[in-house]
Amino acid sequence: MTKQLLKGNEAIAEAAVRAGVDAYFGYPITPQTELLEYMARRMPELGRAFVQAESELAAINMVYGAACAGKRAMTSSSSPGVSLMQEGLSYIAAAEVPIVLVDVMRGGPGLGNIAPSQADYFQMVKSAGHGDFKPLVLAPASVQEAVDMMALSFELAEKYRTIVTVLLDGVIGQMMEPAELPPMQPRRDTAPAWALTGASGRPKNGIIPFSLYAEELEVYNQRLQAKLARIAAAEVRFREYMLDDAELVLVGFGTSGRIALTAVKQARSLGIKAGLLRPITLWPFPERRLWQLADEARGFLVVEMNAGQMVEDVRLAVGGQAPVKFLGRMGGVVPMPDEILDAIQKLDKATRPRPVIGTIEGPVAPLRHPISVN
Amino acid sequence: MQHDVVFSGFGGQGVLFCGQLLAYAAMDSGLHVTWFPSYGPEMRGGTANCTLVVSDDEIGSPLVRHPSCALAFNNPSAEKYEALTEPGGLLIHNASLVSHTFTRTDIRAVPIHASEVAAELGNPRLLNMVMLGALLQLTGVLPIDAVESALEAHMSTRRPELLALNKQALRRGMSLAELAAA
Repeated sequence: MTKQLLKGNEAIAEAAVRAGVDAYFGYPITPQTELLEYMARRMPELGRAFVQAESELAAINMVYGAACAGKRAMTSSSSPGVSLMQEGLSYIAAAEVPIVLVDVMRGGPGLGNIAPSQADYFQMVKSAGHGDFKPLVLAPASVQEAVDMMALSFELAEKYRTIVTVLLDGVIGQMMEPAELPPMQPRRDTAPAWALTGASGRPKNGIIPFSLYAEELEVYNQRLQAKLARIAAAEVRFREYMLDDAELVLVGFGTSGRIALTAVKQARSLGIKAGLLRPITLWPFPERRLWQLADEARGFLVVEMNAGQMVEDVRLAVGGQAPVKFLGRMGGVVPMPDEILDAIQKLDKATRPRPVIGTIEGPVAPLRHPISVN
Repeated sequence: MQHDVVFSGFGGQGVLFCGQLLAYAAMDSGLHVTWFPSYGPEMRGGTANCTLVVSDDEIGSPLVRHPSCALAFNNPSAEKYEALTEPGGLLIHNASLVSHTFTRTDIRAVPIHASEVAAELGNPRLLNMVMLGALLQLTGVLPIDAVESALEAHMSTRRPELLALNKQALRRGMSLAELAAA
């Protein structure tokens, strides 16, 4: 296979097609629209289902229906559209049917603007709808990574019967980069055993849980939480850059992660031992790895295109072992390598071990909180 | 090796395609490349720009605050990128349209009469290839052969007669830049 120069949104659409998506439902919104536009042409060409719904509300419920029927279904949108989908997402989570959602975030709150943003981390990672559930959230930092995530998304969604969100921003959606598309996979020709496919000759399948009894709903929730715990234990993904000897650890996802990489390389050229951890799954979060890194690191710097969202999860993971600083830009402004480098230099200065002037006791060992990780 | 190039001009001047063509050529040459367009609420006659990063290493930021090279197709772009081009950088401007007086002495501003040359060649839309030719000559980011091959491989085949004209425009841009730099 050879590389092609592909626009993020279109590459994601074609990768989903090749991963065997049966049905796409969506509604246009910048900076995601090329994905829907591509599907509008491509899906009918292959005899598959494409519907431009009357709203995001309708689109997510169409996805819900198709998934209940055992079809591989997806939608895509951008921030305000995803807000409209939240009721449907919660119902889908409750029914435990697999779906894939692509969210190309833009500046907010409200109508906001169409510029790239990461301000919906909380929305997707912490509260994708009412009730106790979490989607599995993947955050690509390049067109190739986004392409590779589409087959993975359907695989994970079906393995756990869960929502998988691919969370990116307008930079990755609009950018062109060389990427290699996977070969076309055949569509699944049998429906999963739980699917609603017509019950003639077999007992009825029930999908939508319903109980007005608190104790019953609690048992259901316990089962759902046990499933989420299995996902949390098995599906953490991240990528490390120059962390082997790093004294300062940067953390960033998606676009801000890759921009931080440029700043890390610049810092290295100035003799500052910086490294980068780029979470690929935002939920589950690479908290154990961050805890380990905190044992050696002098400090952390989290870079995001928001007011400070993932930084809360980094602070939880680091558990006070080292200072965690934050650099964020809002409203669609993208942080640039030079301002990240400035923040690295400040952190370097602030956390540099002070020279110990001869005392009777001798040098003081660095303070470590006596907290153990389970 | 890394080049950060901004292409900026009016919508319709072929700014985005110009960047894309170089991106194709870089990809076909086995280099890492990112192409990022401005995608604001644009309209015809408004501004358009794209940022291209070409590197022999994995690319971090696809966005650049201070490009090492800017191609200004019109006057507003020349004004904007005179301020932004990195010290020691290069600013190639379309002197047929740019009236701006450059004052910075720590960048190299090279005038190329691209619109006039394109008109001479018989098609005003060739100005982007004249500008790109100048870029190739002055930066050596890629050899001309790589860009010509990219034209052959990725340009629409609907108007094959345009291929030769595009190549001619590229070559004219190169020789103009050679003269301007001499």
